[in-house]
Amino acid sequence: MFKKLAASALVATLVGTGAYAAEEGHVTDYDFSFEGPFGSYDQAQLQRGLQVYTQVCSACHGLRYVPLRSLGDESGPGYSDAEVRAYAEGNFEVFDEEIDDYRPARPTDTFPANEAAGAPDLSLMAKARAGFHGPYGTGLNQFFKGMGGPEYIVSLLTGYTGEERQQAGTILYENEAFPGGWISMAPPLYGEDVEYAEGQPEPTLEQEAKDVAAFLMWTAEPKMMARKQAGLTGVLFLIGLSVLLYLTNKRIWKPIKHKHS
Amino acid sequence: MAGIPHDHYEPKTGGEKWLHSRLPVLGILYDTIMIPTPKNLNWMWIWGIVLTFTLVLQIATGITLVMHYTPDVSLAFASVEHIMRDVNGGWALRYIHANGASLFFVAVYFHIFRGLYYGSYKQPREVTWIIGILIYLLMMGTAFMGYVLPWGQMSFWGATVITGLFGAIPFIGEGIQTWLLGGPAVGNYTLTRFFSLHYLFPFVILGLVIVHIWAFHTTGNNNPSGVEVRRGSKAEAAKDTVPFWPYYVLKDLFALAVILAVFFAIVGFMPNYLGHPDNYIEANPLATPAHIVPEWYFLPFYAILRAFTGEVWVVQLASFITGGIVDAKFFGVLAMFGAIAVMALAPWLDTSSVRSGRYRPMFKWWFALLIVDFMVLMWVGAQPTTFPYDWISLIASTYWFAYFLVILPLLGVIEKPLQRPDTIEAEFEAHHGASGGEAQKPNVAPAE
Repeated sequence: MFKKLAASALVATLVGTGAYAAEEGHVTDYDFSFEGPFGSYDQAQLQRGLQVYTQVCSACHGLRYVPLRSLGDESGPGYSDAEVRAYAEGNFEVFDEEIDDYRPARPTDTFPANEAAGAPDLSLMAKARAGFHGPYGTGLNQFFKGMGGPEYIVSLLTGYTGEERQQAGTILYENEAFPGGWISMAPPLYGEDVEYAEGQPEPTLEQEAKDVAAFLMWTAEPKMMARKQAGLTGVLFLIGLSVLLYLTNKRIWKPIKHKHS
Repeated sequence: MAGIPHDHYEPKTGGEKWLHSRLPVLGILYDTIMIPTPKNLNWMWIWGIVLTFTLVLQIATGITLVMHYTPDVSLAFASVEHIMRDVNGGWALRYIHANGASLFFVAVYFHIFRGLYYGSYKQPREVTWIIGILIYLLMMGTAFMGYVLPWGQMSFWGATVITGLFGAIPFIGEGIQTWLLGGPAVGNYTLTRFFSLHYLFPFVILGLVIVHIWAFHTTGNNNPSGVEVRRGSKAEAAKDTVPFWPYYVLKDLFALAVILAVFFAIVGFMPNYLGHPDNYIEANPLATPAHIVPEWYFLPFYAILRAFTGEVWVVQLASFITGGIVDAKFFGVLAMFGAIAVMALAPWLDTSSVRSGRYRPMFKWWFALLIVDFMVLMWVGAQPTTFPYDWISLIASTYWFAYFLVILPLLGVIEKPLQRPDTIEAEFEAHHGASGGEAQKPNVAPAE
């Protein structure tokens, strides 16, 4: 009896915890290449997402914790050193205390913070929001596929109904995914907002939203590939070790347990 | 050490004799590792090693994290991101440390309920039990303060809510709250003292763990049959026991490897599952999160805290008798700490002369209900306080107290225990003769 209770306690503990913060907003369970234990980032998608971020989101949102050099990460967008340098210099200016003036950004800087419009920083947004916690609020989806911040981001970007209302001098936009239903951010994407390179998918609204969501998952968790790799190595090693220890344990206990044989 | 008679360390070489006459450290290590251990321990006896390992793991990863962390409200959150992005293997250290807390509590709950089922708290192991409860309380304090350090939204608001509990204590509460926080509200002074204490407490725990082990090495381990090891002579004791090394060291290591495989799957594949997304938003005293939910391992006691509202008659009665000094909020705080206090008193509340739940036919069912109750409390602690959750948490909280304060004392009087084995050896032989026999017979028969 004790064993059964113990096992069910463990399951209940693992399953029961993913379930809170359920009631608000509708989040669709979009699929991403990096979900699950073996999922990995799609480099082309991260590059497209960077493009959407640079040309649209960065007008209001910063990425203060993300170093520009990490755009060269092989498990990330994977740009060459020269490309990273050109991107940094071409897109951002940072304030340098040493020269007491603005200068073009370098790979050693982070993406600049942007507080001009009072918009939240996006560095960790994909980890700071939960996504689809089904089926039936059990959180099993989150257990296997991750907390689902990117799903929330796509749902939000595609969730505008077109309704607006004015409240205390600001315009609020109705959004199916946003908790409470009304968000102060105007619809940022409509489709065809950017021009993707040749051979890439059409920049429809959903495609752009998914690309930027994948990019933001990378900004939030740049070491995800290394983490999964280490996890797999660790689990396989420990399973092997378990087998060896099991056999050793069985062998040393044998004379104790079967004295009369 | 007193207790079960066994061979003690004998220094053999000249060097060993020299050291032994000056500092008998090798003797202490030898006697600890070779301690006679009941040979019928089952898989529920592995959690002690898991807990010891986790403590060392947390201290090792924690010390390394401190090298890169900055306890200052303007830098703490950024320094955690620095660990995640810039420090070599920093993400692994942080995820292992954060999920290590969950591993710690999974193991400690199994360990505690193991003790409650097999009567490990009973005479003569009361001191081991009380020290264990102290360790558990320190663990909760350490985990709570550790959760504040990343300075996310849930860190900040969790700290506000939990320290607010102390503010509910009449007359002196506000003073205690200010003393805990270091100021009028959660701020930089709170973060720095929590950081200091989060570093200190694990070493206090380590000290208590050594005393905990010392205590049960003095009394000897309990075991699933609850029958004591015979201590008449070395030969008699040897029939009931095996030395800890190598028998239990290897068994425990095997169990540890299996548990760590699951642990590393969680760290590698779903490290944020047991956390809360709001803690990836930097603390903001001006924006309260929609739901302030403690970590899963606090939920059962959080549920008890919230269960006793002003509408419950017991609370109204307590308020009436004390002239309003005990209000609903303070009653909730008393209930939460009381829930642990009644557990600590189990050795004196349990009147049964039988140690192991295995031979207590009525106790078994009440105990099973206690496990269910604990899981219900854990679940309901994360739910809103509306109907029907308020009723569920009230009933579940009531059962928790009823189990310790009513059921345990009564059962000892009314229950008729089953026949117990005379010795551990008899129980062990019966077990391995009967269940192990079927599988073994084809091999064994020709040899005989």
